[in-house]
Formats: sequence, structure tokens, C-alpha cells
Amino acid sequence: MTTTIPAPRTPRRLRGRTNTELYAWMFMRASGVLLVILIFTHLFVNLMTGDGINALDFGFVAGKWADPVWQVWDLMMLWLAMLHGTNGLRTIINDYAERDQVRLWLKVGLYTATTITIVLGTLVIFTFDPCPPDAAADLLPSFCPVP
Amino acid sequence: MSGGRARTPGRPPSQSEGSTFVPKAPAGTLYRGREGMWSWVAHRVTGIGIFFFLFAHILDTALVRVSPEAYNEVIDTYKNPIVGLLEVGLVAAVVFHAFNGLRIVLVDFWSKGPRYQKHMFATVLVLWVVLMVPFTIRHLSHVFGG
Repeated sequence: MTTTIPAPRTPRRLRGRTNTELYAWMFMRASGVLLVILIFTHLFVNLMTGDGINALDFGFVAGKWADPVWQVWDLMMLWLAMLHGTNGLRTIINDYAERDQVRLWLKVGLYTATTITIVLGTLVIFTFDPCPPDAAADLLPSFCPVP
Repeated sequence: MSGGRARTPGRPPSQSEGSTFVPKAPAGTLYRGREGMWSWVAHRVTGIGIFFFLFAHILDTALVRVSPEAYNEVIDTYKNPIVGLLEVGLVAAVVFHAFNGLRIVLVDFWSKGPRYQKHMFATVLVLWVVLMVPFTIRHLSHVFGG
């Protein structure tokens, strides 16, 4: 589990067989640029327009996810932000947790939390019902059929 | 990441020294102290903070799948001045991390990036203020204006 980044000019045959760290490094930059666009828009729409934070309730979320554009938008934010953050924390664990066992278990915990959160978030976006049948009508978005 | 010019021009490492070259004094490093190091520290601190918020944010949003009542009840507990101020802090962290992240990308991929990293750090701070001032006014007027 020890992660060592070979010194510059290490011959290629001594660097190990994979380029995982290179791909992780590239992913941080590519996802980072996308996340700036995704999250700045997310914050502007949710906090700056209309009544801002005061407008936030079930009807607001349901109204947004009625549009597939916002479903895909939030799905991309979920996956990219979670993976970006997980890789960032993996780097920090590698930097500061010096004992092998501690480092291993911190990363097991991190990857477990990440997997659960990504799966849960993805299921919520795809199985979400904006008009649940047993809910009070005044909590629902305006497009829901009146019972 | 990289620092700017060393203040004391050091002798470049020779081929034979290779990766074992270690600068003898802090003044000879590219990295210790100043903009290069502090932007790196701030990037880590804001990154960790945002990541832990993200877990909470995804879990509370997942309550829309439980019931409208459950979601609204939890969101209502956030609608108070203390959380309102924490939200300003969160956005401040996100905006810094975003602009400094773009600076890191430029340091890595733009041929003149390392030379201008200090200028770009100043630009990050200016852009951060330019965005945070209107955001803070607008958000706190929502939080305190009801």
C-alpha cells in the first residue's frame, strides 16, 4: 500500500508498471476545470437568483430535476466532485499518515464513504419522484397533478 | 506546483547529482514560504473543508427521496444566521479553491506559468474579493432580510 512517487530521472523500468499517479494528476486538472464551471453555475442559480437560499425547499429541487439538463448537471457534479475530493484526500493521507496500517485503514474508510455516497446520490437523482403520491400538495412543485 | 525565482540564485544541479540534490539553505529552495507555499496550504485546507461539506450536502439532498417533509424539515434547520454565515465561508473556500486551482493548471501547462505564479496568485486574491463582495452582500441580505 505504500505509495512512493519515484524521483525525477528514475529509469522507466524502476518506476513500476502503471501510470496511475499520472492519470490521477491529469484527472485533478481536467475535473477541476469542469467543476469550476459546474459549481459556479450551481451556486449562482441556487444562491444569487430569485430569493436565493430562502427559496430552497422540496419544490425547488423537484422543479430543477424536472429538467434533464439539471439532472445531468447535478450527476456530473456529484461524480466529479466526489472523485476529485477523494483523490485529494488520498494525497493528503499519503502525505501525513506515516504508519502503513493507519494509512491503509484511512484509505479503506475514505473509499467506502465515497462509494456509498456516489451510489446513494446517483440512485436519488435517477429514482426521484417530484410528485410523491402521499405527500401534502402544498409542499410539491406546481406542475404536480392535483389529487 | 512550483515557486517563482529563487531569491538567491543557486547553482543548478548537475546531472551526476540528479535527484539527490538538496538545497542547503531555505533561501535556495523554490518553494518554502511566500506565495508558493501559502497558496498550497490554503488549497489543502479549503479542499478538505469543501470535501467534508460535500458529504453532508449529498446526504441531506438525498432526503428528497424520503419525503418532502423530511427534506424541508432538515433544510429549515439551516435557515438561520449562523448557518448563513457558514455558507459565506463555504462559498469563500470554494471560490478560492477554484481560482487557485486554475492557477495550478496554468503553472503546470502554460509555458510561462511558473514565472508568473506570484502574479497569478495576486490575481486569484483580486478575483476572490471581486466575487465575494457582491455574493456576501446578496446572500446576507437573504439571510438577515428574511
